[in-house]
Amino acid sequence: MLEITSLNKTFFPGTVNERKALRNINLTLTDGEFVTVIGSNGAGKSTVLNMVGGKLRPDTGTVRVAGKDVTRLADHSRARYIGRVFQDPMAGTAPNMTIEENMALALGRGTFRGLGFGVTKRKREQFVEELRSLELGLENRLKAKVGLLSGGQRQALSLLMATFSGPKILLLDEHTAALDPQRAALVARLTEEIVVRHQLTTLMVTHNMEQALRLGTRLIMMHDGQVILDLDSEQKAQMTVPGLLHEFEKIKGAQLDDRTMLQ
Amino acid sequence: MITAVELGLIYAIMALGVYLTFRILDFPDLTVDGSFTTGAAVASISIINGVNPFLATAFAFFIGAAAGVITGLLHTKGKIDGLLAGILTMIALYSINLRIMGKANLPLLGETTVLTFLRENRLLGTWVSVGLMFLGCLVAVAVIVWFLRTDVGLAMRATGDNEEMIRSLGVNTDNQKILGLALSNGLVGISGAVIAQFQGFADIGMGIGVILIGLASVIVGQAIFGQKFIWIAALAVVFGSVAYRLVIQLSLQAGLEVNDMKLISAVLVVIALLLPQWKGLGKFANRISIRSKSITTEDKKEVGVDA
Ligand SMILES: Nc1ncnc2c1ncn2[C@@H]1O[C@H](COP(=O)(O)OP(=O)(O)OP(=O)(O)O)[C@@H](O)[C@H]1O
Ligand SMILES: [Mg+2]
Repeated sequence: MLEITSLNKTFFPGTVNERKALRNINLTLTDGEFVTVIGSNGAGKSTVLNMVGGKLRPDTGTVRVAGKDVTRLADHSRARYIGRVFQDPMAGTAPNMTIEENMALALGRGTFRGLGFGVTKRKREQFVEELRSLELGLENRLKAKVGLLSGGQRQALSLLMATFSGPKILLLDEHTAALDPQRAALVARLTEEIVVRHQLTTLMVTHNMEQALRLGTRLIMMHDGQVILDLDSEQKAQMTVPGLLHEFEKIKGAQLDDRTMLQ
Repeated sequence: MITAVELGLIYAIMALGVYLTFRILDFPDLTVDGSFTTGAAVASISIINGVNPFLATAFAFFIGAAAGVITGLLHTKGKIDGLLAGILTMIALYSINLRIMGKANLPLLGETTVLTFLRENRLLGTWVSVGLMFLGCLVAVAVIVWFLRTDVGLAMRATGDNEEMIRSLGVNTDNQKILGLALSNGLVGISGAVIAQFQGFADIGMGIGVILIGLASVIVGQAIFGQKFIWIAALAVVFGSVAYRLVIQLSLQAGLEVNDMKLISAVLVVIALLLPQWKGLGKFANRISIRSKSITTEDKKEVGVDA
């Protein structure tokens, strides 16, 4: 479903600020696979997601979605296939528009937007149905402006908007990080349900190792622009948080040794 | 006094255009000063050459829209700052307007205009013409409100509200901005065309400072009437435009001169922009603020939202 091949990205090449963000990343996700991504700050996790989403262009390498090469497509042109939720709860919704208007925006994902009414009776029924699945009572507040919702409510709504109008791939970048533990747990649970319900091929970045182990069907760890660990669902089931930390130290140490040896 | 109301209603069409860019797209568009005159110039020269005045006014819409498209292209494709893009178009239009008009002032003496019917029946300056013009404004408001509720209208509002998000839902926000600027300046062109027909001439300087009149109308109108729903926000702009004219009228009667009016406009806008920083004004201040759509904690309490 998602095929990333030999992705390289260097920011500010040839300057003192040169920064190799990605070094030859290869990653293939099968239909419905739910991959959690962990790694230290600056490892390149967001950069990978931005390349899949079309916010950034790679220097070399390709991104394929359902067999189609989308590497050169602008973000809005590939939005039909890709739903995104960001870390900032403010990022995924339009605050001065109502809940039903936001839902209508999401329903129009990747379609031509013409002069038909954005919110109709029939669409509203569908929105109520979808919102009910969040169990937050938002279905009773269709005409409330989204800016009035709490961060957790907004993030749950963002998640719904990113997923209910039929994308194939879901990109989540620390989407529970800005929420208090209770609401983070709620959004994590919703994520799990929604991914299964819509059979979404998912990349989820998180700094919460326990969450990374609990959710999803596969786990990858990134460091310094590379994938340094890739656990399938069986290995993942065996893994523990101390185990992950241990692996991380081991691999990082080995890398450092390599470099010192090369010098 | 009635003439002031009439002027307010004609300028209201321009102010509605400014509302589209300034509030909906969150884009400070200065093209307006040029496209207002362009609308007047194109309509006037067409009328002088025997074109039906209503058709001539429609031309003004399209030429205004074209000016908006140019600003939009400069900003989106040329990546030029929005303010500068508008200024560039505005300045360029000054020369173009002179070319269209052939001279700095183009009288419409004896020509048939969209207002000839009212004028011949001595209805100008009466409540009948005010009523008819208000009706015209209502039609414009209705069309705008309808448009902003369509799929494309929602996308345009989202472009001004959260660009990143609406792109991730597949909308080309460049196109939305260009379309919004076109519609806005089209309305401005119409307004300029009707003003020329109302005052009986087009003048190269008639657009100077029009953006301030538009901003004052939007900010003051929405401060008084609010903008809870789109139709209220749009109607408020119309009333704001009339209110602005009445203020001008009052200051003239108080002894100020026509040449002082630009200063008055600027002062009005500055006051409207500074007031919200005054905490003591509370809710009123929130309404008036430049991005006054932003939601306050006070609003939250009202709706009773949990944390
Ligand atoms: N737009 C950009 N311009 C310049 N450098 C960038 C840009 N985006 C990312 N980088 C750099 O690329 C590297 C990888 O960044 P990235 O945001 O992908 O890390 P991350 O794994 O998401 O980290 P975090 O956990 O802190 O979010 C960092 O060194 C960062 O400074
Ligand atoms: Mg990141």
